[in-house]
Amino acid sequence: MLRYLIKRLLMLVPLFLGITLITFTVIHLAPGEPVEMQTAMNPKISAQTRQKLREYYGLDKPLHIQYGRWLTRLSKLDFGRSFASDNRPVIDKIKERIPVTLSLNIIALVLEFGLAIPIGILAATHRETLLDKGITIFVFLGFAVPTFWLALLLMYLFGVKLGWLPISGLHSLGSEGFTPVHWLLDIGRHLFLPIAVATFGSLAGLSRYMRANMLEVLGQDYITTARAKGLAERAVIYRHALKNALLPVITLLGFSLPGLIGGSVIFETIFAIPGMGQLFYMGVMARDYPLVMGILVIGAFLTLVGNLLADLCYALADPRIRHGG
Amino acid sequence: MRIGHAACLILLSLVLLMAACTDKQPVRQTVRGPGKPAYGDAIVVGSIGDASNLIPLLASDTPSFEIAGYVYNGLVKYDKDLNLVGDLAESWDISKDGLTITFHLRKGVKWHDGVEFTSADVLYTYRVTIDPKTPTAYSEDFKQVKRAEAPDRYTFSVTYGKPFAPALASWGMNILPAHLLEGKDITKSELARRPVGTGPYRFKEWVAGQKIVLDAYKDYFEGEPYIGRYVYRVIPDNSTMYMELKAGGLDMMGLTPVQYQRQTDTPDFKARFNKYRYPASAYTYLGYNLRNPMFADKRVRQAITSAINKDEIIHGVLFGMGQVAHGPYKPGTWASNPNIKDFDYNPARAKQLLAEAGWRQVNDDGVLVKDGKPFTFTILTNQGNDQRLKTAQIIQRRLKNVGIDVKIRVLEFASLLTNFIDKGNFDALIMGWTTTQDPDIFDVWHSSKTGPKELNFIGFKSKEVDRLIEEGRGTFDTEKRKRCYYRIQEILADEQPYTFLYVPDSLPVVSSRFRGIEPAPAGIMYNFIKWYVPKEEQVY
Repeated sequence: MLRYLIKRLLMLVPLFLGITLITFTVIHLAPGEPVEMQTAMNPKISAQTRQKLREYYGLDKPLHIQYGRWLTRLSKLDFGRSFASDNRPVIDKIKERIPVTLSLNIIALVLEFGLAIPIGILAATHRETLLDKGITIFVFLGFAVPTFWLALLLMYLFGVKLGWLPISGLHSLGSEGFTPVHWLLDIGRHLFLPIAVATFGSLAGLSRYMRANMLEVLGQDYITTARAKGLAERAVIYRHALKNALLPVITLLGFSLPGLIGGSVIFETIFAIPGMGQLFYMGVMARDYPLVMGILVIGAFLTLVGNLLADLCYALADPRIRHGG
Repeated sequence: MRIGHAACLILLSLVLLMAACTDKQPVRQTVRGPGKPAYGDAIVVGSIGDASNLIPLLASDTPSFEIAGYVYNGLVKYDKDLNLVGDLAESWDISKDGLTITFHLRKGVKWHDGVEFTSADVLYTYRVTIDPKTPTAYSEDFKQVKRAEAPDRYTFSVTYGKPFAPALASWGMNILPAHLLEGKDITKSELARRPVGTGPYRFKEWVAGQKIVLDAYKDYFEGEPYIGRYVYRVIPDNSTMYMELKAGGLDMMGLTPVQYQRQTDTPDFKARFNKYRYPASAYTYLGYNLRNPMFADKRVRQAITSAINKDEIIHGVLFGMGQVAHGPYKPGTWASNPNIKDFDYNPARAKQLLAEAGWRQVNDDGVLVKDGKPFTFTILTNQGNDQRLKTAQIIQRRLKNVGIDVKIRVLEFASLLTNFIDKGNFDALIMGWTTTQDPDIFDVWHSSKTGPKELNFIGFKSKEVDRLIEEGRGTFDTEKRKRCYYRIQEILADEQPYTFLYVPDSLPVVSSRFRGIEPAPAGIMYNFIKWYVPKEEQVY
């Protein structure tokens, strides 16, 4: 087990370097440079000014030198300064936005797993009944309806027409003066619609997966045995079948780790939530290389760790893998 | 099939549910008439984007300049009729030879931290602007300055190498506080996030990606603004912003033409909001790559303009919220020549002009041919601007009627710039320019500006226009300048290097509790510090 762990950890290093090299190259391949995006179509810019700006950002150096510099800085955990006109450290810009995105995603993830697993089980145990079909329609509806459209309709209904919920943002005006309870309640009201829409949209995948797993397990011989020896249906499903059906879900949970810091651009734009999705999108549009690389590196790191954790958990949960490896 | 039906049912019930919800929004009781000016209340303004840097010298985005406009002052500013008047400068003299401008500064102006504003601040701002270490995009105008000096605390004078008319307006740039910045690295200054200025509002708070809050500055030299607080809320989506406005979360935003025309005509909306409409300082055009032999003949360009129905574009794309453009100036400004009329919509004339230029109808597909080559070209435009795309589509159809085959290609802005415009690798494009208050158009129309990355990217070269542009920027005599710009517009109307398409309208909407708004050629924001909310209607 230990050797397996060390091997896996060592493999992460070249993998990580490879990812950064490829992303760095690709982002520089995209036409346009940060300087151009800032100065484009501005009559007040001369060629000298542009050149000066390029030197200021180090863009006049060959790509491999730029990469070397970036990597050296990264090894000291310095993500550099943003090329946007605020010129702030990339890490500050990310730090500012991570709490919102992270808490939103964690709540949505908990809700997603908390709802999709029981839904999947329910659909599997009531296979081909009206309930199963109803559930199928419901989750696929969530999958198929464009998020932005649903979000706008709900905002119109609850925000404009009924006036029950705030429409966008995270806080009401003047929330600084609220009591802590009131303040939390205020955030909760603001987050209700975004989380509801996000969860509704993500139920389909996991619940269908769960349903399929469950059905497969329920068809196994040992379930028939359990039933044959007269166990109650509850015990068969929740004690014997569920354990095995849940195994692959662990992998999915691991894959969800990098997603926790990633946000959806459309979603954040509609609800005016200042999250990572918007930050990344604007970074790409402005060719803000340090910012884009910073976010990608964190994402890559979390993906690698997530995969590793999933594999390890899998090994812990399933003796066949542990001993086979 | 079953899923389809069920989905339809659910959708239908959702729609019915919404229709059943009657408008429960209470109609705010508004006091008719102007009410009494009172201090207090707040205005919440919606913006698509967040500011980036509140040291305006280092910023290049609209939100940053909007906020900076409340926090800082320039030496001069434009009044409601777009005349230059003093701001931090009380008055100024221009020497007889037109080379030296001497500004006499206001006395007793205080920065938001209480320190007095003096000529040292102006001198510092000038020096940091031209400092090669400052990554700013705005040093060009100031590089023309040969000498700048501050003979005493309240006088500042600049001398130019040759008379330079846009110089005066360039001193409208925001003056920075020397006592907080001198000797420090401006790019790392905390003023970028918490600015200190002399303006009517002082900075209070900035929550990145959410809002910027400004408070009225009690000691403002033109008097304390009535509205006590200015909140700039970032809402990136226009539909969301509009709903936020209707739900009462916003007091002011810019409407789209369709919102102005079709969605805001209800009695309820009219009671709660006032809509305004005036021409924006911008125009949209179809520009031709003049290096392309296809467009070398001016008759061809005239023909294309004749084949395009500009009114139809304004009607279809802007819902009528705009006006036809005939030249590079906003109609009604002093440099704009009211007698200019380019080519009206006249497809017969277009066909005749094309025939004169040697384009013949020989094939069955209706596309004109000259020297064995069909008349087909591509219009490029940038992604994310729906109005430009629709304009291109209308043009495509109109040009087909006269035998020109047009293709449309939409590109991401960065790619459009680097791969096509900068390399001169395009036939025609639909783009827009923002027009400045000063009519100098050197950068876009002078033949010396046709190099890569320069703004005369269509390659327009005219000796007469060059001479007139130079003459126009070389004198402070408005009458003389006017003659130059009038003539330039005549030449452009005849040459048609662009087909000038339209000038869109600005369509701001403001909650009706705000009084004192007086639309003028400069728009509505010029007297913002005089806006007020009567005591009984204040909300915040």
